[in-house]
Amino acid sequence: MTEIVFYALAAMALGGAIGVVLKSNPVASLLSMVGTLASMAGIFVLLEAHFLAAIQVMVYAGAIMVLFLFVIMLLNLGHDYEPDLRRGIGQFLAFGVVGTIAGLLARQLRGAEDNPVYQFFPGPEGMDRLLAEEGIVGAIARPLFTDYVIAFELVGLLLLVALVGAVALAKRRV
Amino acid sequence: MTLDLTAGGGIVWALLPEILLSICAMAVLLAGVPGGKTREASGDRADSLMRLALSGIIGAAAANAWLHGVNVVGDSGMIAVDPFRLYGNWILLLGAALTLLISIPYISEQRLQAGEFYSLVLLATAGMMVMVGTRNLIVLFLALETMSIAAYVLTGCNRRDRRSAEASLKYFILGAFSSAFLLYGIALVWGATGSVTLPEVAETIETGAGFAGLLLAGMGLIGIGFAFKVAAVPFHMWAPDVYDGAPTPSTAFMAVAVKSASVLAFVRVFLEAFWLLYDAWYPVAWWLAALTIIVGNLIALSQTSVKRMLAYSSVAHGGYLLVGLAAANEISTAAILSYLLIYTLMNAGAFGIVMTVGGHAENRVELDDFAGAGWSRPLLGVMFTIFLLSLAGFPGTGGFMAKIFLLQGAVASRLWTLALLLALGTVISYYYYLRVAWYMWMKPPGRAEATEQPAAALALRATLIGATALVLVLGIFPGPLLDGAMAAADALGLFSADGLLGLAP
Repeated sequence: MTEIVFYALAAMALGGAIGVVLKSNPVASLLSMVGTLASMAGIFVLLEAHFLAAIQVMVYAGAIMVLFLFVIMLLNLGHDYEPDLRRGIGQFLAFGVVGTIAGLLARQLRGAEDNPVYQFFPGPEGMDRLLAEEGIVGAIARPLFTDYVIAFELVGLLLLVALVGAVALAKRRV
Repeated sequence: MTLDLTAGGGIVWALLPEILLSICAMAVLLAGVPGGKTREASGDRADSLMRLALSGIIGAAAANAWLHGVNVVGDSGMIAVDPFRLYGNWILLLGAALTLLISIPYISEQRLQAGEFYSLVLLATAGMMVMVGTRNLIVLFLALETMSIAAYVLTGCNRRDRRSAEASLKYFILGAFSSAFLLYGIALVWGATGSVTLPEVAETIETGAGFAGLLLAGMGLIGIGFAFKVAAVPFHMWAPDVYDGAPTPSTAFMAVAVKSASVLAFVRVFLEAFWLLYDAWYPVAWWLAALTIIVGNLIALSQTSVKRMLAYSSVAHGGYLLVGLAAANEISTAAILSYLLIYTLMNAGAFGIVMTVGGHAENRVELDDFAGAGWSRPLLGVMFTIFLLSLAGFPGTGGFMAKIFLLQGAVASRLWTLALLLALGTVISYYYYLRVAWYMWMKPPGRAEATEQPAAALALRATLIGATALVLVLGIFPGPLLDGAMAAADALGLFSADGLLGLAP
């Protein structure tokens, strides 16, 4: 049952991702992207990462995508777009590179559980134990404010830079 | 004092320079809110903001000096407190301080937003310092983004200039593109080795565990991301347009600090995490270095704008530094560090003079505008000539010693062709650097306006004189500089007698 749901969600995520690239109307590609992000949230639920799933829906599929939609509608309402993907050699090259990486990933992941590196990843039992000990929010929050506190603070600095930059570049009177 | 990096407090002390710099950046931002109404008032305002920003840099430098003396135990896996990071911090702080000092007249002349400009320079510098110091690829990415976003804004901060806006957009799009490469590379490396900290990645490679193909793909993508930031050919397309279109203080900042941080992070990641894969990445680094030297120098030859010529020549300097990476031995790593320090001095100085001769605007930076400038403003002329000679690598200047160290490094790894290319590139660069000097001293002034310019501001003049003196002193007594660099390279602790060549399994 879980597998069927997973494959359905994965197919939806992939279909949405292809739609983002192929649709010529930006609003349509954006909605495809919302579909992809929502399916990803479903996959998170299957992995028992409910907190991540909720955040995914609220922040990505909700807030950020709606903001995107507003911007596109405000800036370019009513224009039609030519698909500007480069045909010919560029297309082959792009698919070649993407295909190579995908093939590499697939080949490497076959028999992945035998590789010693696999011990670094917690796996289902490890996740269950972690969830039992910390709870779903604690499992994210504790490392975030201990092991990764530098990264966390740095994100704050990064957002400050982006904010100051946006104001400096966009304010009306200079 | 002993720092325990496994405890929370230890990390705070280890990051003291970056923290001081960020706090000062926020203070500058707050102090810059009430802008001046008139040109004079905003000029005074910019002046005091600059002093505040400079005090932050001095504070960070003091903290950095203090870190030299502390005793470190434990490893957080996030931030390194090794001489390599501290030496890198000196380079970056010097670059930021020079940028601040040479930018005052330009900012008040062009009426840029001083508070935003100075605080972004400080925040970018804090990001760069984390970037050079971190041992964690995720933190590295975040720090790189902090630096990059600040640099995009600094490029576009002249709102009255269309070319500034164009350069900013171009930089933003290509920069975001290259960051995506880097991030995807980090993700693949994590998938291949199960870790994002450099020592653990190296350990996994050493034990032979992990997914080799995935690891190589990840390493390649990380390399592409860094090559973009360093502006190595063939990933250099953005650099000349961006350097040319940006306001000159921003150009100076990008050419010295952003480039230094990218090169140093490049070196740390590839030497600390991927040193066992040297056989795989060495040919790529070799070709990047060779192409960058050849193409950068050849295009710089045909430029008629001095600012654009300096932009292309900084691409070529990136190529020289990549020779050090390809050689990957102790001497070459030390050479990269000392080269960057000297390069920061002379390149920031050169941009400062381009700015002064150009009257703190963007429309007088052609070669013809420099005709006769040496006779009408002898002090500036002499200093510019010294900077140009040093950039070209003339004996007796710091630039010469820096190139000699790089050559030594290349020879120690028996990279004869690259050593030859480095020398050849230097010879080509003599032509285009000395052509500017020739215009300054040998040509009669072409335009009347070029002769009647205001004297350079006191702080600017003092900075330029100081930089010139340092370039000359380091050309004669480079000893302490190189000793520090050797200690810093030693701290990476990987080198056998003649580089990494042939070490890989």
